[in-house]
Amino acid sequence: MKTLLIAEHDNHTLSAHTAKALTAATKLGAVDILVLGQDCEAVAQQAATLAGVSTVLLADDAGLANQLAEPCAEVILSLASEYQGIVAAATTTGKNTLPRVAAKLDVMQVSDVIEVLDESTFKRPIYAGNAIQTVRCNEPIKVITVRTANFEAAGTGASAPVSAVSVNLSAALSEHVEDTLSVSERPELATANIIISGGRALGSKEQFQQVILPVADKLGAAVGASRAAVDAGYAPNDWQVGQTGKIVSPQLYIACGISGAIQHLAGMKDSKVIVAINTDEDAPIFQVADYGLVADLFEVLPELEQQLGS
Amino acid sequence: MKVLVAVKRVVDYNVKVRVKNDGSGVDLTNVKMSINPFDEIAVEEAVRLKEAGKVDEVVLVSIGSAKSEETLRTGLAMGADRGILVNTDDLAVEPLAVAKILQKVTEKEQPSLVILGKQAIDDDCNQTGQMLSALMNWPQGTFASEVALDDTQVTVTREVDGGLQTVKLSLPAVVTTDLRLNEPRFASLPNIMKAKKKPVDKLTPAELGLGEGDIKPRLEIVQTQEPAKRQAGIKVVTVAELVDKLKNEAGVL
Repeated sequence: MKTLLIAEHDNHTLSAHTAKALTAATKLGAVDILVLGQDCEAVAQQAATLAGVSTVLLADDAGLANQLAEPCAEVILSLASEYQGIVAAATTTGKNTLPRVAAKLDVMQVSDVIEVLDESTFKRPIYAGNAIQTVRCNEPIKVITVRTANFEAAGTGASAPVSAVSVNLSAALSEHVEDTLSVSERPELATANIIISGGRALGSKEQFQQVILPVADKLGAAVGASRAAVDAGYAPNDWQVGQTGKIVSPQLYIACGISGAIQHLAGMKDSKVIVAINTDEDAPIFQVADYGLVADLFEVLPELEQQLGS
Repeated sequence: MKVLVAVKRVVDYNVKVRVKNDGSGVDLTNVKMSINPFDEIAVEEAVRLKEAGKVDEVVLVSIGSAKSEETLRTGLAMGADRGILVNTDDLAVEPLAVAKILQKVTEKEQPSLVILGKQAIDDDCNQTGQMLSALMNWPQGTFASEVALDDTQVTVTREVDGGLQTVKLSLPAVVTTDLRLNEPRFASLPNIMKAKKKPVDKLTPAELGLGEGDIKPRLEIVQTQEPAKRQAGIKVVTVAELVDKLKNEAGVL
């Protein structure tokens, strides 16, 4: 079975999502990686080093610069007849594009795969992760998005050939206006080793920043937030961890002032070690925490920062 | 201008579902059902567009059993004008089948804009809007946190992994909603009463020209299991103890 994996990147750097999605894709068979973008030759070169890749296909075109779903789907569809599998990481880019591809191919997509049992059988969470479904997909082309937090990254050291794909896009249906992306020196949330998250108990954007960020920087951690904190404006939307935000599985997840609604747990309960800090000892977050500290986060986080420094 | 909004009847978001012991699915008997929260946001957005004078008519469509009429009434009480129920009885309809049904309804109704929730909180697929957009060959603006509509185009600010992305779509177009697009209103009692009298058309997939083969499930559900349970750990009393455990017991610092 020949599989096409769609690379996750920003035209400069290949995201860690791709190496993880590759691990899932190789369980379906031989894998080619498709890089869609503009001036993204460097990304193709990075993809070519991933262990297990047959060929890297580079679709470089001004119309693909922002990886909008319509043109990306068009290029993927032009290549689809060569493949029995089309895979992408379940990022906002993958989720945006792949169903468009699946519908045009008249196949049903399998979303958010957490385990590949064989080339047509997959496990995926439903009901915010409260149940795990095993589905068999007998479609002639398996179109799959992969929850990368559940897969180890493939190794590097290979040197697959890179070959250019000709791109002939039809008239654009949508136009990119602007990106307002968060600029951060901290690790990316979805692939970080350590995450510290804040909830509504932080009380304000200023307090969120004063209390959470110093500890994050001391730990070299990414910063997350509960939906309640994001809705209240304490943290930007791209920090949200949960059913409808980002799904993470770091080595260490520190939940501060987060009660632990099922929608939040759905996004972080696969973390290796979970720490919960909350004043309410009955908060559901303690039911999944390896280490619970019933305390006021405003008192203990500065103390934690201090102790980490010593 | 006409807006079509798709709404799905799902398990209420506050309910923690139970997996059946025999692995055949989740137990939905006597479970509270509600409108999918993302679809409620979609209805609210459409009604606000109407209140702003940009839209003349808001039409709701729901696909499912006859009970989905309740979901339509919920949206009608929020201010939508009329509903369409496509009755699929107890057949499991996957996103691809729903997109095909919505395609037929869209062709029939000719809206300038279709708004859907970005995902349903039961199957968590996040596919239908993108699939409908593909089948119609329309542009798509998914995961919207802001929608600005004018006569010929819609500007959509999208919640993406790195922050926000703004795209401009020529109409007709498909938009899917994210959580922060708006806060849906509570329907007032008079509006709930009024909604009971609003028209709801009842159709079948066959009446829309779709055969059984068009909408039958493609995926075979082998089994449904409980997720692996996490054991609750221990409580620590001091920060020093926490740091010590993380360093020496868990080995993650």
